[in-house]
Amino acid sequence: MGQIHYSLLCYPNGTIVDDLTVYRMGDARYLLTVNAGNINKDWAWVTEQTRDVKDARWRNASEGTGLIAVQGPKAEALVGRLADRDVSRIGYYRFERGTVAEVPTLISRTGYTGEDGFELYAPADQTEKLWTALLTGGRGDGIAPIGLGARDTLRLEMKYPLYGNDIDETTNALEAGLGWVVKPAKGDFTGREALAKVRAEGVQRKLIGLEMTERAVARHGYPVLKDSGAVGTVTSGSYAPSADKYIAMAYVETALASAGTELAVEIRGQAKPARVVKTPFYPSRVKKA
Amino acid sequence: MANVPGNLKYTREHEWAKQEGDRVRVGITAYAQEQLGDVVFVELPKIGAKVAATKNFGVVESVKAVSDLFAPVSGEVVEVNGELPQKPETVNQDPYGKGWMIVVKPSNQAEWDQLLTAQQYEEFLAQGGH
Repeated sequence: MGQIHYSLLCYPNGTIVDDLTVYRMGDARYLLTVNAGNINKDWAWVTEQTRDVKDARWRNASEGTGLIAVQGPKAEALVGRLADRDVSRIGYYRFERGTVAEVPTLISRTGYTGEDGFELYAPADQTEKLWTALLTGGRGDGIAPIGLGARDTLRLEMKYPLYGNDIDETTNALEAGLGWVVKPAKGDFTGREALAKVRAEGVQRKLIGLEMTERAVARHGYPVLKDSGAVGTVTSGSYAPSADKYIAMAYVETALASAGTELAVEIRGQAKPARVVKTPFYPSRVKKA
Repeated sequence: MANVPGNLKYTREHEWAKQEGDRVRVGITAYAQEQLGDVVFVELPKIGAKVAATKNFGVVESVKAVSDLFAPVSGEVVEVNGELPQKPETVNQDPYGKGWMIVVKPSNQAEWDQLLTAQQYEEFLAQGGH
């Protein structure tokens, strides 16, 4: 109880339906937090996959649930001031049920930014109250709402994949560097056989981190070049404000995936130099116990 | 409402143009930089390059998007803001001043009269700006 795992829903061929977090709510009860854009697809997938499983029951709680991510070094103090409990005891990827600003909340020490913080799940009709209390309570700390653009730079600096950009139904878990969530020894799961085969044969390409060696923004879909030949594709790229670098994620041929490899990204017809680098691009600040 | 200086002319693509003797200085408007968000990359032509009215002459990128820059008038590029590639944030901080992009020696004076006045540009913005 109280445990959370980052995981994947896989197709039988090992490619990816969605990435998600799984909450262990009880002995045999789980909460799945999926990408909002994939709710319908995932619902259809999980219900179909478990159609013949006795006692497997699903409830789509999306409409009734709000989620606010409070992220950053001051998140623990802020959530702590508003909560009915000592949230500093909640470890990374753990959760507790309690109240925050008197709103019943699932307090989850998770996020997708590489910073310490919480994701707060609240009833949809009380999420606004929670939001307002957080903004008011954090005013002295400089709290601010951020949009997806800002969130995207944070997750990119951590090389966290974004579904639809870096991982999708054409990419398998191993080439995406997510082998740690699809361990064959953990028991049966959809895609296990296919991924075991990929693991045995070795991946053809890998999702790697690129640093542009001159100012240039590599974006989703731009070709990655080696000696003018295409060797891969950029999946995400941006200026990285925390690292103050121009960075990208890309799939490249496995032979070119090691740190230090000099490559280029084709940007508007010009080859801009880039180097494979170790990731994350910026040190993680998550609070590991 | 975004700042729209009265002494400039404008394009529907949100560039501004300023007459300076027989030359025209060009940048993007306060509205444009607000819509883009933090500018992180600017690509400009070289001195001596020819630009054509309504055709793109460069690129500005924010975290969110890539946008082409469109020339308000045709002519030859006689000055380029060499600071911008190193300090793209200047476009956000001072779009009508230090954030200027190029100076053009126009080849067709009639194009100047095709540009929007400040009042017309403000009306254009009031209607949604696209």
